[in-house]
Amino acid sequence: MDFINKTVGESLAARGVSRRGFMKFCATTASLMALPPSLVPVIAEALEKAKRPSVIWLPFQECTGCTESLTRSNAPTLESLIFDTISLDYHETLQAASGFGAEEARSTAMQANWGNYLLAVDGSIPLANPAYSCIGGVSNLDLLRKVAQGAKAIVAIGTCASFGGLPQANPNPTGAVGVRDIIKDKPIINISGCPPLPTAITGVLAQFLVFGELPELDSLGRPKAFFGQTIHDRCYRRPFYERGQFAESFDDEGAKKGWCLFKLGCKGPTTYNACATVKWNMGASFPIEAGHGCIGCSEPRFWDAGGLYEPLSTTSWGGWKSLGVAAAAGAAVGAVAAVAARGKTRDSGQEKQP
Amino acid sequence: MSPETGASRLAAIGVAVELESGNIPLLLHELRHALEALLADGKTHVVDLRAIPLAPGEEDRLLQALGEGELVAEFDAQGRSEIRECRYPGIWRVTHWNTAGELSGRYLEVTFAPTLLASQPQEVRAGLDRLSELLRHGASGSPEPRINGNG
Repeated sequence: MDFINKTVGESLAARGVSRRGFMKFCATTASLMALPPSLVPVIAEALEKAKRPSVIWLPFQECTGCTESLTRSNAPTLESLIFDTISLDYHETLQAASGFGAEEARSTAMQANWGNYLLAVDGSIPLANPAYSCIGGVSNLDLLRKVAQGAKAIVAIGTCASFGGLPQANPNPTGAVGVRDIIKDKPIINISGCPPLPTAITGVLAQFLVFGELPELDSLGRPKAFFGQTIHDRCYRRPFYERGQFAESFDDEGAKKGWCLFKLGCKGPTTYNACATVKWNMGASFPIEAGHGCIGCSEPRFWDAGGLYEPLSTTSWGGWKSLGVAAAAGAAVGAVAAVAARGKTRDSGQEKQP
Repeated sequence: MSPETGASRLAAIGVAVELESGNIPLLLHELRHALEALLADGKTHVVDLRAIPLAPGEEDRLLQALGEGELVAEFDAQGRSEIRECRYPGIWRVTHWNTAGELSGRYLEVTFAPTLLASQPQEVRAGLDRLSELLRHGASGSPEPRINGNG
């Protein structure tokens, strides 16, 4: 079975999409990829000739939130994404097949597109005991290694697949890790977020489709188009931060006036993501606009990075009470060490006496 | 909550929205420069409004500032799209919705005529072929055209 015999242009034309509709699709795709509108003709030319890539999606220790995010992607619609631009050959939540039929579909897609398919992964992989998460009796670890062998690239979708996510939160009972901690010989793109922005998911797929290459990545393997700036960099409340106007509680006058949420725990200054411009729910809003600070969900170990409502300036120590406890503990440890040291000195002195 | 009603709905529950990102004047200046370039050497310019950080209600205020001109066009291609000239000729508001009716793109184009208003050459060619075929065989399928109803 040949999954990539039609170009995107041919596929769209076969569905009766007009040239005007195709150009509209290219314009919204340019937005997805955070490219300037002037590149729309370039995208149109590339899409006309691009082959539809096969995509195999594997779910591991996940909550299905990343798939939910993708299904809310509205530009292009998930329907057009699946049927027109990619060949989503395996996705356990969305596909109709199940059981052995589904596994056969996956194997067939792998064989037909060996070396060329995109492997999309959501969910972390348990290493403490692979049996913690299995599909059809096969551990996530084994399945990932097997399917990754024939992948052209791997897209780790969500913070769990990228860095371990929620399952990795202290004490990490399953030994959860991200894809990059297991696969070392394939290009990996991390689209982190809990969940990730739907446009980030489809934007990366569009980038691969249009240019046939991976987007430029940051030090954590995330596409710079969506993770190149912090929330703080693009937040519309930034002027309030600059003027020192902060909400002190969620119901004070500052909160009602939409002032900066830094003192209420906003992690925007240390969080790289595009929520402040791309926004959520068809561009309606994002957490800060809704009145709640950013929780930093696209960063590694954000669950263990201090309280969600503690300001960044106190996160390391947890506030003055923790400072006091730490100081006292340090003093106690020092005192014990000093006593132990004096004890050793006395003993060694006695041993040396004839 | 849609961007168009967000500010008014917040006001309805006693929340005063007094937010300015400061981007509206900047955008208006950008459009002014683009109009100058359009007149000088025909250079077009597009602003993707989804890529600009705007406070709640600011997009409404920006669009109100640009106003509405005398021409509006709608088409349906993979969802509805609207192209509306602003009160400043040469500045066009282009809005796209997908087949589910969800907003998928909003742009400000500075041009004499937005690209999507024009017929596409590939489709003009295809249309020419269909019309030629019609004239060759007529509506009834006969070899002679029965355009004027005679013979």
